[in-house]
Amino acid sequence: MTEKYNMPDARGHFGIYGGIFVAETLMPAITELNSAYQHYMNDAEFVAELDKDMQHYVGRPSPLYHAERWTKELGGAQIYLKREDLNHTGSHKINNTVGQALLAKRMGKTRIIAETGAGQHGVATATVAARLGLECVIYMGAVDVARQSLNVYRMKLLGATVVAVESGSKTLKDALNEALRDWVTNIDDTFYIIGTVAGPHPYPAMVRDFQAILGREAKAQCLAQAGKLPNALVACVGGGSNAMGLFYPFIDDADVKMIGVEAAGDGIETGRHSAPLCAGRPGVLHGNRTYLMSDDDGEIIETHSISAGLDYPGVGPEHAWLKDSGRAQYVNITDDEALGGFYALTRMEGIIPALESSHAMAYVMKLAPTMKSDEIIIVNLSGRGDKDMQTMARREGIEL
Amino acid sequence: MSRLAGLFAELAQKNRKALIPFVTAGDPNPDFTVPLMHAMVGAGADIIELGVPFSDPMADGPVIQRASERALAHHQSLRTTLAIATEFRKTNGHTPVVIMGYLNPVEIMGYEKFADAVQAAGVDGVLTVDLPPEEAAECAELLKARDVDPIFLLAPNSTPERVKIMDAIGSGYIYYVSLKGVTGAGHLNSAEVETKLTEIRANTKLPLAVGFGVKDAETAKIIGNLGDGVVVGSALIKEIEANLQNPAQAKQAIIGLLTSMRHAMDN
Ligand SMILES: Cc1ncc(COP(=O)(O)O)c(C=O)c1O
Repeated sequence: MTEKYNMPDARGHFGIYGGIFVAETLMPAITELNSAYQHYMNDAEFVAELDKDMQHYVGRPSPLYHAERWTKELGGAQIYLKREDLNHTGSHKINNTVGQALLAKRMGKTRIIAETGAGQHGVATATVAARLGLECVIYMGAVDVARQSLNVYRMKLLGATVVAVESGSKTLKDALNEALRDWVTNIDDTFYIIGTVAGPHPYPAMVRDFQAILGREAKAQCLAQAGKLPNALVACVGGGSNAMGLFYPFIDDADVKMIGVEAAGDGIETGRHSAPLCAGRPGVLHGNRTYLMSDDDGEIIETHSISAGLDYPGVGPEHAWLKDSGRAQYVNITDDEALGGFYALTRMEGIIPALESSHAMAYVMKLAPTMKSDEIIIVNLSGRGDKDMQTMARREGIEL
Repeated sequence: MSRLAGLFAELAQKNRKALIPFVTAGDPNPDFTVPLMHAMVGAGADIIELGVPFSDPMADGPVIQRASERALAHHQSLRTTLAIATEFRKTNGHTPVVIMGYLNPVEIMGYEKFADAVQAAGVDGVLTVDLPPEEAAECAELLKARDVDPIFLLAPNSTPERVKIMDAIGSGYIYYVSLKGVTGAGHLNSAEVETKLTEIRANTKLPLAVGFGVKDAETAKIIGNLGDGVVVGSALIKEIEANLQNPAQAKQAIIGLLTSMRHAMDN
């Protein structure tokens, strides 16, 4: 590849994917957001303020940690963990919410809304809203409210209103629907902080750009620690923001493999999964064209994953493009395999990963032994497992 | 001339406004819709908007969301909605039918196959809520080539620029949603609607149907005085919802409501 990667085009297209597919009522808001984003990403003062917040509020740079014991155990490639679990609020989600909230403030918006699945994005949003003194409403599927009650409490503590969404499958996609309905109703004063690289343009590009800080750090850290680029990048893919953040700064480095890990739930063959790239087809949902899980009639299929943050029938359009172009590969990991990754990292390295990130860990357990010991894998540890303690304990028959 | 263009020309001559009921196909069950469509025509409906149920109706309020869920429980789909239109056409050759829904079912069917199917079903217009004109060129071309009108939305916050865009790509009529928000929401401000419609008319000659917030004879009359057509949806579907055990009663109530609207609009 000689030409530098420069997706998306001006209207947000990654090949046939992406774009702006929303009701007319949202169009003016999206146009307004896009011009603010284009303007401030090139505004030195804005960038300086963002950098400062990333350093002193989020706690960046996050470490790139050489997991030596786990590497030895698996007997193959050297494994490095990008420690997004150590960020303020415990995941990569805060990189994006800090950025979008600063944008909201510059645009004069006084009210923040967001959707959340695992609650990590909701917490990260409630956190920045509290800090900036903005009203905050979080939409969360009723099923997720039940399985992530700790995060619900955190959001409430932070002053957010948490709305349990009872429509449809009562999970992340329905929370997104409800947040879009709120936005269209309160468009003048409200900023919608989407939590992943999905939604209508400019969200996929904007969220990627805010998350890319983690990939830029990882690249510099890997060069500093190992003296060369990694051979493979591994990240879990729900909507795809932690993966895009890691992949993006490496896209033009053709020798670096990029591998996204989707949630296979009970197994792809059972149909109970959340793996649109591996087992879905192109369609349009939530403002963009991308791979989706939908039936022959075009209705969206309910998804399943042990991790609420991966329980989404779509995926960011840039991943759809990277898949079709062959630049990235997408694999899948079942609930049971993810649990294996969860326990392995916990026992081997003393780090309890989020169930979402555990999918990436489980894939590393398959991949590392097939590689040579002078090769390097960087795996994104997108979040810490504290929020999943109840889920895990319950599986072990323990009520906390 | 398309059936929609013909209708609006005829109504303009008679100085009459179009009454446009919206119901979700297959709500509360698939057998209910065709007889209801005929009865609505009998009560004075000029155009029928048929909602295609979708699993993720992002632009709809709770009333139409629940209608979608009831219809989906009977596996009502884009294909079976077109079958309803086909059935209706067997005995009604003149009342325009517009289908209104979301893009994904159309994407999965494929644009060309969709355009053929719509034409074969005798459908006159297609309104795809989440397909703005920027992304609609291909689909709109295919529809127009088959004498089916692609219908677009305008909102209170749409700029004159966007009106020109809709005018260029749309045909049949423009659907002005008079409230910011989802279907079934809030209150009607007739002065605002009037100002906005005047502004829109400066940039398009297409008929303007006005929807969102029309709930009874009085609001229908007010809107009828401003636009070329009056769309009523959630108010009708509420009658279905209130009479789930007794669909005949629901039909009766819908006919009663439409009759009173027709009367108020014509007098
Ligand atoms: C820790 C963690 N990782 C990953 C994800 C998935 O999101 P994305 O694919 O956008 O990174 C989530 C979402 O909630 C999360 O909490």
